[in-house]
Amino acid sequence: MNATTQRHPGGASRRAARLGDRIFAGLAKGSGITLLLTMAAVAVFLTVRATLALREDEGNFLTTFEWRTGGEDPEFGIAVLLFGTAASSLIAMLLAVPVAVGIALFLTHYAPRRLAAPIAWLVDLLAAVPSIVYGLWGALYLVPRLTGCYEWLDGAFGWTGVLSYAGAPARSLMTVGILLAVMILPIVTSVTREVFRQTPRATQEAALALGATRWEVVRMTVLPFGRSGIVSASMLGLGRALGETMAVATVLSPSFLIHASLLDSGGGTFAQNIASQFKEADTAGRDALIASGLVLFLLTLLVNGAARLIIARRREYAGAAL
Amino acid sequence: MGRNSATVGRRLGAAVLVSGALALTGCGTDDNSGLPGALDFTEENLRCGPEGALLASGSSAQANAMEVWVNTYQASCPGGQVTYKATGSGAGVQEFLQGTTAFAGSDSVLSEEEIAESRSVCADGGRAVHLPLVAGPIAVGYHLPGVEDLMLDAPTMARIFDSGITRWNDPAIAALNPHARLPDLPITPFHRSDGSGTTDNFTAYLHAAAPEAWRHAPGKTWRGRGGQSADGSSNLVGMVKRYEGAISYFELSYAHRNGISTARLDTGAGSPVAATVTAASRALSGARPGGGDLALTLDYATHEAGRYPIVLVTYEILCDRGNRPGSLEQVRAFLRYAAGDAGQRALAGIDYAPIPAATIQQVRRRVDALA
Repeated sequence: MNATTQRHPGGASRRAARLGDRIFAGLAKGSGITLLLTMAAVAVFLTVRATLALREDEGNFLTTFEWRTGGEDPEFGIAVLLFGTAASSLIAMLLAVPVAVGIALFLTHYAPRRLAAPIAWLVDLLAAVPSIVYGLWGALYLVPRLTGCYEWLDGAFGWTGVLSYAGAPARSLMTVGILLAVMILPIVTSVTREVFRQTPRATQEAALALGATRWEVVRMTVLPFGRSGIVSASMLGLGRALGETMAVATVLSPSFLIHASLLDSGGGTFAQNIASQFKEADTAGRDALIASGLVLFLLTLLVNGAARLIIARRREYAGAAL
Repeated sequence: MGRNSATVGRRLGAAVLVSGALALTGCGTDDNSGLPGALDFTEENLRCGPEGALLASGSSAQANAMEVWVNTYQASCPGGQVTYKATGSGAGVQEFLQGTTAFAGSDSVLSEEEIAESRSVCADGGRAVHLPLVAGPIAVGYHLPGVEDLMLDAPTMARIFDSGITRWNDPAIAALNPHARLPDLPITPFHRSDGSGTTDNFTAYLHAAAPEAWRHAPGKTWRGRGGQSADGSSNLVGMVKRYEGAISYFELSYAHRNGISTARLDTGAGSPVAATVTAASRALSGARPGGGDLALTLDYATHEAGRYPIVLVTYEILCDRGNRPGSLEQVRAFLRYAAGDAGQRALAGIDYAPIPAATIQQVRRRVDALA
């Protein structure tokens, strides 16, 4: 009885609301499906063209140190690109993440408010610089100045082999890594900063009440709470470093060799190789480049997946810390 | 390129300004893309095609030549709108084979598969043909203070670019340059990192003239050992300008506009030959068209005097029969001008080598016979 009387007065508006709901649900569902279809279309396109290329490849796609797509017996492999992409991105992460965490801590817990805002703004400004500008800065400013730095590294750590330097212009994976570190700094910083800012006041005040110093507060509350945030910020940065094209192509001296030393010029990354080779590539050459693009696509998926796993695991921990 | 869509009036104005400025300074511009030379963009005996737009794309090595031709053609034929996009040979050929452009500019000849593919674009059983219209010497530029006229021969050059010779005071270089004061400086050879017709021709020369020293097969991608690389000729020029001890190869125009010294070549002819348009044209006259097509086969290992054998030949690629009727007359008019005396004469002023008479006659006949 109650139900019938309730249904009657609100009937018209409820029907209208239902229509609105339905339209909105349809739109939302449509957007979701469009995204899936787009992803599927990209994946299918990449896979089909990559299969065509792999069938033509006379070398081993995973181990060949060569990229020769034209002519009678094309031979190409991604070993050099995979190494170059991973090495330069890892260098970038090693350099950028500690600095970014430091900046974020400074901005949220140490800097006076009047100073924090302009610094945060400056860091965000770094993110707005187009990558080609970073590339030109790297090629024209950074490379000539790194020569001296690398000579010092060669003198101090040359015996390791990894840091020996032969003396040519410093257009190496290390230089690319340094440049990428500058490029991913803003995104890692701003995400970490937001996470640190969300550290519950109650926890921090509890720590202070126990007599903790400011550093102990950071160590006991902010860092554990923000750990998943640091990981996801790093992964965002890593994603940008993996796919960076123009800056790498402008700075690196590409070659299909893996040097023992990170300071020696040469190497290549997936995105840079695609950008460099695409202009003069014929159909088969483009298929080969697309095959390498597919590997980058999978690599990025893997990195993102790994990040999500880590975040999911840490979230429980962060929750417990609350 | 945006420049190509500028109005005719502005073009003429720019041309007058540029030639005026050149007359005052008496030398070329430093600009890589500027309008070259004191050229008159009005041509008396140029026969215009019908009104309409003509779209072509391809090789960036012939972009400067195309720019001059397009400027002149459009200045004389206000109804004709010609656009050449310097997308690179590979992309140009692709676009032509997809039927989006009227012709492609390419630094290298089509493969068998591509010619087979062209039969689906060309109607009436036609196929793609090569028309050599632009050629240019590839200079070997270097940055070595105090050494103005370096001389090299093919084996030495091959070993330098293959990292076999690593210092400038190497005995092999010293033997060729007894009077030069060669510094004790490491050599940094630079090559193209992108696929390129310039690399193709340069390595073809090394392979043909010094087969012992250069064992890598020639091709668009660099196969040599060591050295550094950069994308595009303009970046290579930038590297040579910036770093002492650098050596690289690029079209002669790049060397001239940037004031880079170029090596003379000891071809075994008795006297060394410098990279000049004249010497390149002489080398071209020794080339023969092969296999019924007009694709040229150069004699890279020539010993004849005054011939500079490192020459890049670039082609226009289009259908011999079955071109799209909408653009056919326009293509014919434009290429007739480009292959004509006036068009070829314009090349020498911008460091390209005109195609030798015998070959250009054949090209003209092909252009007239296009259908």
